[in-house]
Amino acid sequence: MCRIGAIKSKKYLHPSIALKLMRSQQKGHDNSGFAFVMQDLGGIFSAYKELPTLSMAATVEGTRRAEDILHNLGFTRVLQWSPEINNQKGLKIEPMPNYIFESFQYPKSHKYATKEEKEELLIDTALLLRHELEKDNLGFIYSFWPDVLTLKEIGSPRDIGTYFGLWEENDELCAKIITAQCRQNTNYDIVRYAAHPFFLEGYTVLANGENTFFEKNRDYQQSLYKGYIGFESDSQCFLYTLHYVNKILNWPVQYYKHTITPLPYEEIEQREDRDVLLRIKASLSHLEINGPNTIFGVLPNGELLCVCDAKKLRPVVVGQTEETVIMTSEVTGINDILPDRDTSKDIYPNEKETIIVNNDLTVERWKQ
Amino acid sequence: MEAVKINQLHLDDLPWIVEYDENKCIQCGRCTAACSFGAIKPVVEKRRKPSTGLQKPAFDRLLVIKQNVSFEHHCRGCGMCTRVCPNGAIKAVRNPNDKYSVRYRAAKADSVKKGGRSNLNTEGRTLDKIKIGRISQMTDPSLDAARHQFELRTPFGRVLSADKLSLHNVNGKMELSSQLPPNRWIYPIIMGDMSIGAVSWRMWEAMAIATAYLNEVMGMPVRMCTGEGGIPVRLLKSRYVKYMILQIASGHFGWNRIIQSMPEMTEDPAGILIKIGQGAKPGDGGLLMASKVAKYVQEIRGVPRADLLSPPTHQGLYSIEESVQKMFLSMNAAFNFRVPVAIKTAASVTSVSVYNNLLRDPYNIVGGFFLDGLAAGTGAAHEISLNHTGHPITSKLRDCYLAAVHQGRQGEIPLFAGGGLGQTGSFAADAFKLICLGANGVFTGRMLLEIAGCIGNETGKCNACNTGLCPAGIATQDLCLTKRLDIDVAAQNIVNYFIANDIELKKLMGPVGNSTLPIGRSDALITVDKHISNRLDIQYIC
Repeated sequence: MCRIGAIKSKKYLHPSIALKLMRSQQKGHDNSGFAFVMQDLGGIFSAYKELPTLSMAATVEGTRRAEDILHNLGFTRVLQWSPEINNQKGLKIEPMPNYIFESFQYPKSHKYATKEEKEELLIDTALLLRHELEKDNLGFIYSFWPDVLTLKEIGSPRDIGTYFGLWEENDELCAKIITAQCRQNTNYDIVRYAAHPFFLEGYTVLANGENTFFEKNRDYQQSLYKGYIGFESDSQCFLYTLHYVNKILNWPVQYYKHTITPLPYEEIEQREDRDVLLRIKASLSHLEINGPNTIFGVLPNGELLCVCDAKKLRPVVVGQTEETVIMTSEVTGINDILPDRDTSKDIYPNEKETIIVNNDLTVERWKQ
Repeated sequence: MEAVKINQLHLDDLPWIVEYDENKCIQCGRCTAACSFGAIKPVVEKRRKPSTGLQKPAFDRLLVIKQNVSFEHHCRGCGMCTRVCPNGAIKAVRNPNDKYSVRYRAAKADSVKKGGRSNLNTEGRTLDKIKIGRISQMTDPSLDAARHQFELRTPFGRVLSADKLSLHNVNGKMELSSQLPPNRWIYPIIMGDMSIGAVSWRMWEAMAIATAYLNEVMGMPVRMCTGEGGIPVRLLKSRYVKYMILQIASGHFGWNRIIQSMPEMTEDPAGILIKIGQGAKPGDGGLLMASKVAKYVQEIRGVPRADLLSPPTHQGLYSIEESVQKMFLSMNAAFNFRVPVAIKTAASVTSVSVYNNLLRDPYNIVGGFFLDGLAAGTGAAHEISLNHTGHPITSKLRDCYLAAVHQGRQGEIPLFAGGGLGQTGSFAADAFKLICLGANGVFTGRMLLEIAGCIGNETGKCNACNTGLCPAGIATQDLCLTKRLDIDVAAQNIVNYFIANDIELKKLMGPVGNSTLPIGRSDALITVDKHISNRLDIQYIC
């Protein structure tokens, strides 16, 4: 079982908060990895929020090859940052040689490009980089997008924190949205790409549980969009469906829930919007999930999302203060971070709810 | 030396030999009355009385039951005589030296005809070599089949991809902006297409009653296909027609009445099924012997009493494009594009090509693809067709599904599979496995007959549907024989069978952790057969 957490705050937070959020939940996972995505960045990245930032773990050769590709495409580096490594003896971690976080100016050819054209360039570049590094096992491209920073590593979350100096708070590295998962994830091979959270074009998703319709989801998604690749984890499907429904189809985000956990026919029949819902249920039946899952998401506009499977078989709780909202697997994690909150406002979402945390931190509960 | 007439049909040439014990027989006559084929008759035999040998021979006369030896009146092994005999004095025994079909061809210069199903069984059953092996354990919980809410519904009708749904956003809510192809959510097991004519009106009525009961009392949206033989006008004008899929085949039997009744219909039918071919005798048209064309069959079909042969192909349709443009469009237009129009073909090496063409048709008017496999049944066929033509359902269904996956169009034309399901006793297991391999649902005709009392099997028992002398009153129009079938009991048995299958399907959905149909979820399947594993792309286990 995984443990997952998503934090959204009005102030910039250091990723140590994610480690602390997950620390008391460690009995619920297997200490096999730690990964986080930071969005709405502060600190040293705050001056470059509009520019794409590359998050990569690679060998020396992989780093060189990636930078060559970006250079040849016309990207110009404006910022490079690497974590300070504390390679103490006895740490349970399998590190890569280089961890690179770089922000780039767009190529001159894209000086007057539209937002869509820039996004197209970024996804194509990210796919190219991944392809080139994968060929010779040279490294991993986690995200290449404005205002996003991703780190994934195999090992004990505590030791990973120590290795990257993440336990020490500082002003360099901080963000208003942090999503994190403990456990390298996957019932299959240990693969860095299989670690949640997953990121694609402004959408972040992390989940706990088992996607029993993984094969159906994957078979359908493979031909839907060029960015739907990998499938190292069965939970990547949740990201791709969110992206497809909200970005490609341009449907409001509440239709995500109608897609992954469509209501039973007899319930739909009682509704005014039955014609639409039945069509969605039929047309996107291969994107249905039918396992035990809790899914957290971050939308491109910075809103947080939480939905559960139709049987509500995985735990989740949402806690909040004026400044911060946290959704995570177990309440014990929130108790550590927000001990003084009003616990009567804690939300335990049910199987038909979509929880949305707006940018002013109001928490909306939508009934399916 | 006595002359032996070696070329004459002899008892030893027949497929079944009747064993009779005169010591147990009470001469009640029930067996001869029950035998619809006239295969046994009472005769008086001359018997020599025991004597010392010095006396003049003396003879007795004894009334016994004797087997007829003729092409027209030979025993089919149906066992009705055994069923009615109060003392167990008579039974049919399979003859290992059977030469009947050779003798028949040599004597009649005609092909052998029969009904029922293929008797060769050389292929073995693929579905029996597949198990459901992906059981939810600690990764995710199995569901309680008895208490959990499951949904056993599947779309029937053309499904458009999400980007073609003509949805637009009105203040955050999606709304449809144009008419879309009709689509219905039905139970995943469809009662297969058997016509009034092929089966007795009592059998057909039992199925229709069961369909109505399953829908209106049990809440199970089961649909029944009429077969190509029309539909009673009263049913057509009733509200129950919404549960019926009207079939049209190359003979167009019954459609004159259907078209004339359209203005008075109060409900749309559940669908229209265009039958191109059937799995038991692919490439061969329907065949209804004159002996089964009773007066009411003539009236419903609008034909005289004669052998009714549906041509193997539809008149004027020589390509898929023509089929789509002419037949599908006209059938869609018949009910103003409100009723799904599907197609049924025999499984064939060419099935994927057909399916691909239908998937790509620009009009989006093909609402279902029914694939009928080799082991299906039929009312009448040439034995050579039954035994030597056709294609098993499993790999062809899988091929079609994967062809759709390859194009990212799975589910757009729902796939329904049939042909020999339940042959070894587990219909629900067969259905579940085919659904995991990509079927939206399945259909069956043969199982319904067996539920109603058909005693035929795949090893030559009875298989005489073509004679019009069905001893179970199912595949006959003979008024005396049809009386053997109790409509209410048959309907009740069909309802019960559907309920049992519903329970059993849930018993398979629960362990894999799914509350909705696992269509295309082949990761749930395993096989010990390496060839099947490779061919179907499912996990090999040992």
